[in-house]
Amino acid sequence: MSLAIAGMGWVTPLGNGVDAVWEQLLHGHEASAEKMSEQFGNRSYSAFRVPESALGKLAPHPRLRRASAISRFAAAAGLEALQDAGVTLGSQNGNRIALVFAISNGGVIYTKRFYRDIVETGAQSARPLLFPETVFNAPASHLAAILGITGSTYTLVGDSAVGLLAIRMAEDLMTNEELEYCLVVGAEEVDWLLCDAYRRWRLLRLAPPVEPFNKTARGMILSEGAGAILLSRTGSIIIAQIDAGTYYRKRTETEEILSRILSNLTQDEVDLVISSANGTFIDQAECRALRRILPDAIVYAAKPAIGESVGAAGLWQVILGARALGRGELPPLLHVTSTIPLRIPVSCTALSKARHAIVLSSGVNQQVAGLRLSIP
Amino acid sequence: MLKTTAWNGKSSPARVAVVAAGVVSPLGFGLSETLDSLREGRDCVTRVTRFSVAECRCKTAGQVADERLINDQPEAGRARRLHRASFMMIYALKEALAQEPWFKPELTVIGTTSGGMSYGEDYYRSLYRHGSLRDSPAWIANYPAQKPVIDAQEAFEISAPCQVIANACASGTNAIGHALECVRSGRYERVLAGGYDALSELVFVGFDSLQASTPEKCRPFDRDRTGMVLGEGAAILALENLENACARGARVLAEITGYGMSTDNFHLTQPNPSGIGPRRAMERALQSAQISADSVDYINAHGTATLFNDAAEGKAIGDLFGRVPISSTKSMMGHSLGAAGAIEAIICLLALQHQFLPPNINFRAPDQLADLNIVANEARRTALRTVLSNSFGFGGTNASILMQKFEA
Repeated sequence: MSLAIAGMGWVTPLGNGVDAVWEQLLHGHEASAEKMSEQFGNRSYSAFRVPESALGKLAPHPRLRRASAISRFAAAAGLEALQDAGVTLGSQNGNRIALVFAISNGGVIYTKRFYRDIVETGAQSARPLLFPETVFNAPASHLAAILGITGSTYTLVGDSAVGLLAIRMAEDLMTNEELEYCLVVGAEEVDWLLCDAYRRWRLLRLAPPVEPFNKTARGMILSEGAGAILLSRTGSIIIAQIDAGTYYRKRTETEEILSRILSNLTQDEVDLVISSANGTFIDQAECRALRRILPDAIVYAAKPAIGESVGAAGLWQVILGARALGRGELPPLLHVTSTIPLRIPVSCTALSKARHAIVLSSGVNQQVAGLRLSIP
Repeated sequence: MLKTTAWNGKSSPARVAVVAAGVVSPLGFGLSETLDSLREGRDCVTRVTRFSVAECRCKTAGQVADERLINDQPEAGRARRLHRASFMMIYALKEALAQEPWFKPELTVIGTTSGGMSYGEDYYRSLYRHGSLRDSPAWIANYPAQKPVIDAQEAFEISAPCQVIANACASGTNAIGHALECVRSGRYERVLAGGYDALSELVFVGFDSLQASTPEKCRPFDRDRTGMVLGEGAAILALENLENACARGARVLAEITGYGMSTDNFHLTQPNPSGIGPRRAMERALQSAQISADSVDYINAHGTATLFNDAAEGKAIGDLFGRVPISSTKSMMGHSLGAAGAIEAIICLLALQHQFLPPNINFRAPDQLADLNIVANEARRTALRTVLSNSFGFGGTNASILMQKFEA
């Protein structure tokens, strides 16, 4: 079964709105990194943050009054996707739309704040208003309440591949004919603590740039935001095939798994690939797999421009792929500092008659998945 | 009944069998110990030993003994780095695969709420106190919620994609329900489903701060109930297309026949007092199984023993099912959050296999506001054919599944 993309919404460090973010990427713009520090940490990190102005149009809602940033990102992206599709939800159709939410680290800002109180001054000072916001499905719950969704709502947790796993779940849910739509949202917020954790895991670079496909993996820059796609049964761009992949036991297995996924997804000719290259070990694995299986496809990655948004990353990639197919052009790949043995867009590149795109999502915590977008 | 675009070319949806199951919880290691605890109505809630609870109102929880958990691991060397949630998942999967050694799932769907949270706590405390961070790469790598699922699969060379559902306390039931629909639709032949959660200080203090947990005994549906106690554990069920399972001569433990889900947008932590959220989930499960409410012989309730949950759930059950026997087995082992739905599904499985009603212990007096038939304090022998299991969670997620005794 193939699903179509009926609408999209995007909140990123480059601002919000699919059209606006896309234009910035086409012009080769990248997000500005913000320094993040912490009282008890002796190091500062750079991250790509969502500017406050990006949420300026988000209408106040009681559910968002105390909600963490991640919930506001998700709400803005979800509402944009519905608006883009011209879909209005009411009491009559709230159970005819499912919500699948992809997340990795979740509400880390409130989680840290809640636990800090416990560590600093003991359990008696724990704030009961914060605790519910630390739960993984709090953003999905807020979004469901804002939109009036009363049927299926799922939050999936995983690494950067979780967005594609969420789309796979949406495909499974949509076998139920009573569902008209499935809204898939990926969201993440960034905090110093996350930066420190990824740095200790040797995956983070202290400051930009993110150098894609470099033989020396200098690391990624974390970012935040949300991406949303509204899936329906008809539309001009379809998700033709999803390979929910598997997991790698050792990093050295990643290339082999990616090759299998690519082979599975290349039944039709493939024009372009939206890679998840983020400046880590993933880049070389994807590069080698692409050279083996799809040496002629043009390969683009947006993480040098907008960072690694983990739980939101897969949705961002799907939005990029859909927009590239729909508009017939690709933004330039930024910060290419070495010779890359792939076809990459060094400037804004026209894609004449491109009809098929692959999205590859390789997570740093073992999960790998891919999907194929097509213009029927 | 689920209307689907295709049931893999068939004219009706596939029936779904449970062909293997594994569990570890405060009730015991494995199905046999769990069955003994249920029959005896054992109180498996003890004083918390994993972290300080000196400043909490609640001091108790259902806990899984570490010594046995770790000694039972297939790879002792590797096990040192893993989170105890991984040990639990490995144990549960090991028991299930001992029954079905060649079960190769195409998908694994597991519920959890907090993954390897205690490793996040260790990391934060070490950072905050400028302590040793020598172990921090292992803490960080083993913290993510998908890691225990991957660890368990890796231990038994299973490479299925993992969907890790974090729908708060409904996660485990959502995982089984989604797995049911995947097999039923004909898109999958075999799916592993279940749930896990390990106790953590952050979550324990969180429920304590909300005054949802009790300093007393956990008394679900009791007039004088004062709240929940937490628990932990893991459970796995191997689901397979029934026709195929029978054709290859598999032992069918039970059928899963229905799944219902609803989202109650009333409040982030409280159910709508009308019980509309739970009621919709149960109604949808009945509709999914194409049966009426009077076909249900027993309900394993969510039954956290909080004022709000038991009132809303009790009202929904009373309105929909009348005086069908119900119990909350959380009274014996605490609320294991993301694992609860999966462990309770296994309790339902055991009840169907051994034809008894698991008890709701610590029960003293009925709540005058709900006319419920509580299986009070002692297990009862009875004839069971169809049972319902409920799980409701923060965020307003409500899930119910129906299981049926398999009759060839």
